[in-house]
Amino acid sequence: MAGAAIAIAGLRYAWPGTHEAVLDLPALDIAASDQVFVQGASGCGKSTFLGLVAGVLVAGRGQVRVAGVDWAGLAPSERDARRAATLGVIFQQFNLLPYLSVVDNVLLPCRLSALRAGRCEGGMQAQARRLLARMGLPEPAWTRPAAQLSVGQQQRVAAARALIGGPDLVLADEPTSALDSDTRDRFMALLREQCTAVGSTLVFVSHDRRLAQGFDRVVDLPALNRVAPTAAEVA
Amino acid sequence: MTAWLRMAAASAWARRGTLVWVIVAIAIATALLLAIERLRHDVRASFLQAVSGTDLIVGARTGPVQLLLYSVFRVGGASNEVRLEALDEALRHRAVAWWVPLALGDSHRGYPVLGTTTGYFEHFRYGDRQPLALAQGRPFAGTLDGLYEATIGADVAARLGYAPGQKIVLAHGLPGQGSGPMAEHADKPFTVVGVLARTGTPVDRTVHVSLEAITAIHLDWMGGAPVPGFAIPAEAARKFDLAPKTVTAALVGLKSRSAVFMVQRQVQAYEGEPLMAVLPGVALDELWQAIAIVEQALLAVSALVALAGIAGLVAVVQAGLAERRRELAVLRAIGAGRRVMLGLLAAEGLWIASAGVAAGVLLALLAQTAAGPWLHANYGIALVGAAPWSGQALLLLAVWVAAMLAAIAPGWRACRMALADGLAPRA
Repeated sequence: MAGAAIAIAGLRYAWPGTHEAVLDLPALDIAASDQVFVQGASGCGKSTFLGLVAGVLVAGRGQVRVAGVDWAGLAPSERDARRAATLGVIFQQFNLLPYLSVVDNVLLPCRLSALRAGRCEGGMQAQARRLLARMGLPEPAWTRPAAQLSVGQQQRVAAARALIGGPDLVLADEPTSALDSDTRDRFMALLREQCTAVGSTLVFVSHDRRLAQGFDRVVDLPALNRVAPTAAEVA
Repeated sequence: MTAWLRMAAASAWARRGTLVWVIVAIAIATALLLAIERLRHDVRASFLQAVSGTDLIVGARTGPVQLLLYSVFRVGGASNEVRLEALDEALRHRAVAWWVPLALGDSHRGYPVLGTTTGYFEHFRYGDRQPLALAQGRPFAGTLDGLYEATIGADVAARLGYAPGQKIVLAHGLPGQGSGPMAEHADKPFTVVGVLARTGTPVDRTVHVSLEAITAIHLDWMGGAPVPGFAIPAEAARKFDLAPKTVTAALVGLKSRSAVFMVQRQVQAYEGEPLMAVLPGVALDELWQAIAIVEQALLAVSALVALAGIAGLVAVVQAGLAERRRELAVLRAIGAGRRVMLGLLAAEGLWIASAGVAAGVLLALLAQTAAGPWLHANYGIALVGAAPWSGQALLLLAVWVAAMLAAIAPGWRACRMALADGLAPRA
């Protein structure tokens, strides 16, 4: 299974204190450096899926291997350290610490993981600036507090943060839902381009099928999840 | 490490609007607690320091507390006078070093008048065996020439604006006794010749005159009122026998403390008149125990104040939880572990608690400096000049720990919510 960014087998997850599984994935493999679009409306177990892949949630049954390591086999502090070292995450919104400058926000993963810091070519400051420039953020904005940026700019800073130190996997959870269509398209292009540049696998989760264009592969999560509600139930 | 500290500082600065009130809450709780504890301590101290160096107080037979109350605290009146002659006989013992008679019963504008001898200024001690000192002028002369002289306590001088040279008129009886306006000894005015330095004891509220002067102003009185159609002018009074017949009580000093029970027995056994002798320390303790409920109440108030402060603090921190929760979710998603999150919370709790307690101590110090003289002047409570935190280290530590826990606890809850939230912050 070497070379797989994500390898899921026999995964079953129920929220603590409940017995009813919200996610039941027999198998899902995502190859390294692939760009995968995971499609699913809200309520199909999408947040649970992301939590499990990020190692924030741990499955009661089955395996979730990221870059070859099963989250369940690690102690909580080891999971935190590994998440810092191998993952970049972009949320829908509120990605940044509003009181830190743009550059300091981008540098956060390097402060948490020496591995990420060590992988920055020419030092982490230089890499942070390079990524911000490539994500199209004007230089005067770099030292401003993150709270002063527009939502579109904030998402690009979040992408730069996810990419710094070349993580194995970038997880994006509806990162464009707060953007208008122009900024959205530009953001999508930049994100895919930079993932390729740093060699990170990209898992992009969204309900919006139109964004799937250009991805190597599309995964239909409700179809894979054996306990997902039917379309009728969601409606 | 410095990056994280800088980050904790930036995070706190971003929430400064909330945190300022957290610090204010801790500061107020700390200051109130310190002030009330200081007050509690000093009320007791000034109470117990009202008299010292006196081995026995002798008066007509009554309760020990009552004798102490009127002879030392000038509260209430004596049930009976004692003959000076009887005192002289009863106190004839080789162990007696000195004794000073006290005659009470008159007042000046609400302040008690004490008739005594010049020996009073020599022998009376208060606090830690401190003698009386003069701030201005001299003690009354105790001679016929200086018959109408008065030496006043510091509060009397300060509150009534008196200085040596001031003419004053004594009133018959104590305020609050009987009804109607008080009869005055207006025909025999006194001259203030001295002002005593502040003692923080009832001495500060007392007007001191000679025993002979007390006799003189009552020459033409009978049964508490001037005799109609019979008046002895001030000058003429000097020609009468002014030797006092009766007094209210006496302070006794012994050559050796070990003789105290012997002398006490001799006084109590005196057959010429029913006398009693009490040890001031014993009577003071007895009296303090009777009013210790006040101390208990102050202690309870202290505890409640601290509790209210901490509760306010928790409420304020709790209110700021939403912003904190989002922040912690972001940190967690990028791989910050419990250690990092707890470290950030602890660092914040630490400096907030420290800043709050420090501000509180400063506040208490300011309050003590500002209110100390006022307290002393109005209530005779001498804040002993110690810093507000002296002897309160344990209390301060307790407040500091409680404040820190209160500042961290809601953050810890946010932390646990962030752990349970999964990856995305649920806004």
